[in-house]
Amino acid sequence: MGSVFAPNLWDMLKFWNSSVGKKVVMGVTGLVLVGFVIGHMAGNLQIFMGQVRYNAYAKLLQEDIIEVTWAVRIALLVSVILHVLSAWQLTQRAWAARPVDYSIREAQVSTYASRTMRWGGVFLFVFLVVHLGQFTLGWKWLLPEFIRGAAYGNVVLAFERPLWVAFYLLAMFFLLLHLVHGTWAVLRTLGVAKNAAEPLARRIPWIIALVVTVGFSLVPLGVALGVVR
Amino acid sequence: MSGTMKITLKVWRQADPTAPGAFEEYVAPDVSPDMSFLEMLDVVNERLIEGGKDPIAFDHDCREGICGMCGLMINGAAHGPSKLTTTCQLHMRSFKDGDHITIEPWRAKAFPVIRDLVVDRTPLDRIIQAGGFISVATGSPQDANALPIGKPDADESMDAAACIGCGACVAACPNASSSLFTAAKISHLGLLPQGQPERYRRALKMVAQMDLEGFGGCTLFGECMAACPKGISIDFIKRMHGDYLWAAVTEKPEKVTLGSG
Repeated sequence: MGSVFAPNLWDMLKFWNSSVGKKVVMGVTGLVLVGFVIGHMAGNLQIFMGQVRYNAYAKLLQEDIIEVTWAVRIALLVSVILHVLSAWQLTQRAWAARPVDYSIREAQVSTYASRTMRWGGVFLFVFLVVHLGQFTLGWKWLLPEFIRGAAYGNVVLAFERPLWVAFYLLAMFFLLLHLVHGTWAVLRTLGVAKNAAEPLARRIPWIIALVVTVGFSLVPLGVALGVVR
Repeated sequence: MSGTMKITLKVWRQADPTAPGAFEEYVAPDVSPDMSFLEMLDVVNERLIEGGKDPIAFDHDCREGICGMCGLMINGAAHGPSKLTTTCQLHMRSFKDGDHITIEPWRAKAFPVIRDLVVDRTPLDRIIQAGGFISVATGSPQDANALPIGKPDADESMDAAACIGCGACVAACPNASSSLFTAAKISHLGLLPQGQPERYRRALKMVAQMDLEGFGGCTLFGECMAACPKGISIDFIKRMHGDYLWAAVTEKPEKVTLGSG
């Protein structure tokens, strides 16, 4: 007999198996990741305060409070896995739900952002792996000059190459779209948004998405324009 | 009365649920702009019957936009180009002379084609059967207005109750999700006092049935809301998600009891 706030394993499996349950998991893990990108973006902007400050920030995260960093990393890893898994399974169900497609179906009100969640999400995942390989794991084929601990120098070396700048800006474009729909949808997934005359309006999500992605983009742009060197 | 129009139709023809089906073209040379879309199909069918051919099968009943039987995918839009309109209330004045119109049945795994443009929508009935009701002791009716209900709640409940179960939300949804239908049926009861005792169990059961029928999940595209002839808001889907989430955390399992009071 399940009592309040003490669901048993069977109930949790039923929840996970339902379309709404998976959507809630995707939404909650998405919120964790939104929180992360806001913090990560703010931290990155310290690159404009000079090499000493930026490398000290990197040392803080990678040495001084490494236990905290690992706790955050594990939470993020679990979030990414659950986010991708729920998205993958819901996508499979959605595709199976219409085995014979229309010859034409015109989008009426859905946004470009909502329609690119799936493939944009796949691209963001690829970006995530490349980004971690480049600046955290130090894969030489992505950044031959990588030096562990020299965070500032690694960033400058990477973004002196226009192709990397383009790749990162493209990723930020997809992050923008993903955040515009995601931050709007999550409040409706969790049932906490207020009723609205225009429920499809996305004002605050646009602000969040623009602040995060413009903030991130300033770093590669700063290097490319010679502000950071 | 203005002049007639020549309309070329591309219609999905399928003899039975297992037949492959294909598009066929028909020319309607003398369509009046005052005809409803279904009357135009009636005229096309008359000519097919006169020519010894099978008429195009399509669902219809009241033809005044309230029964929910009709429903066609017209040029890629559920119920056609007019907003807040069922197919029977769509008029040919929405089209112009020389137009090509593609007509397809609702497409969803849960809505198998029975014949031509007719699909089986009983999965929606089973979602209702799973929890879209209130359990009350029948007997002598209580006094009217014995149970005060706030005007905003009554209005919101009626907005949800406007759902006629036509299935346009499923048809328009890129995921073939029946979330708007299910949410409307959950909400019109859940907003009223009579619906409270079973509110959370209802959300669990109707969502479970919706999944069981093979509909896709909601990704909040909003297409359902645009297609809905009754203008039902996706805010009800949000409400369903909230009820489901609360139910999943708090609802106790059903017990088998003797019912001896």
